[in-house]
Amino acid sequence: MIRRAIFYLFLLMGALLFMYPFLWMLSASLAPETELGDLVLLPSEITLQSYSQVIDKIPIGRAFLNSLIVSLSIVAGVLVFGSMVGYALSRLRFKGRQLLFFIIIFTMTLPFQITLIPQYILMVEFGWVDTYLALIIPYLMNALAIIMFRQYFMSIPQDLIDAARIDGCNELQILFRILWPNSIPALLTVGIITFMASWNEVLWPLIVIRNEDLMTMPQLVTLFAVGGRAESQLGAKLASATMLALPIVIAYIFFQRYFIQSMATSGMKE
Amino acid sequence: MARKYVHLTPYFLVMPYIVHFFVFIAFPVLFSFFLMFHKWNIISPMEFIGLHNFYRLINDRLFFRSIFNTLIFLVIHVPLQIVVALFFAEILNQKIRLRGFFRAAFFLPVIVSGVVVTMLWEQLYGFDTGLLNRMLVSVGLPKVGWLIRPELAMPSIAIMATWKNVGLYIVLFLVGLQSVPPQYYEAADLEGANRWQKFFYITLPGINPTVLMVLILSTIGGFSLFIEPYIMTGGGPLNSTLSAVLYIYKQGFFYYHMGYAATLGFCFAIIILLVIALQKRFIERESGN
Repeated sequence: MIRRAIFYLFLLMGALLFMYPFLWMLSASLAPETELGDLVLLPSEITLQSYSQVIDKIPIGRAFLNSLIVSLSIVAGVLVFGSMVGYALSRLRFKGRQLLFFIIIFTMTLPFQITLIPQYILMVEFGWVDTYLALIIPYLMNALAIIMFRQYFMSIPQDLIDAARIDGCNELQILFRILWPNSIPALLTVGIITFMASWNEVLWPLIVIRNEDLMTMPQLVTLFAVGGRAESQLGAKLASATMLALPIVIAYIFFQRYFIQSMATSGMKE
Repeated sequence: MARKYVHLTPYFLVMPYIVHFFVFIAFPVLFSFFLMFHKWNIISPMEFIGLHNFYRLINDRLFFRSIFNTLIFLVIHVPLQIVVALFFAEILNQKIRLRGFFRAAFFLPVIVSGVVVTMLWEQLYGFDTGLLNRMLVSVGLPKVGWLIRPELAMPSIAIMATWKNVGLYIVLFLVGLQSVPPQYYEAADLEGANRWQKFFYITLPGINPTVLMVLILSTIGGFSLFIEPYIMTGGGPLNSTLSAVLYIYKQGFFYYHMGYAATLGFCFAIIILLVIALQKRFIERESGN
């Protein structure tokens, strides 16, 4: 009994080790600036002063909107195009299918360090620097998503597809009207991984966006923290970090199981 | 007519991907080969300089420094990651209450942006007001310059990265542990094997593929390290946290040495692929025995 209690106490301390910094961030962002020296979790009064400072100093609302537009566009693109290729690879016969599959696997193993500089130059040549296009278009295709769709579609009975074909559906209708409604787990998994990756992406925006009104949230918060505009006001820094973390954490609370499963399967594939 | 339509559909479906592949992957890879032999700052015309970029690379102290820094990161990050993740995975693999809660708690740092995590740990590592130094002072020990001392800065970042990622590896190890057939343990029990014997002779070989995955993901992670040093140290002190990607970034977007930055990117990519291939061979040989 006592062993059991110690065991749980230990586990609880472990869990606290991973949650405490976030709880501290939240409480410190709500505390008056004078109380930030303490690392206690409950401030004497709750104030939104730090948040209003952030809103005054940087276009954080605009950045939130930019991040949302960019992430949702990428998710939509990856789901539509990824499932199209996944469907062709898993269910249709055509010349070059093997080669295409090989290419997709190859792009998964290609380190991004090699394409970083030439992709930036491409953005300059296209005139896409400081536009949404630079943030969205390069991410519209994702090899991992294609592989996951291919895998999932292979488990769907051929009868379902044949029946739809007899009813006169074309391939696009089969994909979006028959396969999609039967592939909700795959759509959620791919959607969550893609949303998380694009919401948290910071290197690429730092490279292609200089106009503050087009910056994504992680980028703006980073530049706020390192660029000196936070004027070493810890409360404001932590408030901006909280605002950046909040949307993902809220999504995580609702889709917790899917988050963990999605990340685990994506790790497996690599 | 209908037949021909069916015949063309697959190509219609994969066409967006193929176009995207040529524009954003195939062309950039080819273009990076081209860039490696040139000097270019994007504004003035490109200048062919032959193998000069490679000559410069093998004489570049910072290039080797960034590889060394990545190795330091990996030497600390990989074993720590495996030990901590395996430890918690073993615990969570037993019948315990609130398993979902604990799993969710460990996983929280995985989903949050590295920007947030780095900003938080910057406060923990702070010299005067950081939590770690306050704890040290309160038990009568001297303050430590976690991010100030060159020999400590990269290890500090490695510990932070472990904290951020360990939840993912706990989940991966949990999957791995559950794939070990329970009969093996039952047979071992009959033979009178103790806990440690069971761990070393059954569990560990059983999760070899997971260990390989952790190794590969950590290697990729180490060579992709960017935002952590960018926010915390800017690559300092004395270049001790200059990572591979931060160095490419500096050459490309501080100095606009596009040719040299492309050369760096190419060489780092080769190194990553080589290291991963070596790890694969090593682990496969181990599990062959």
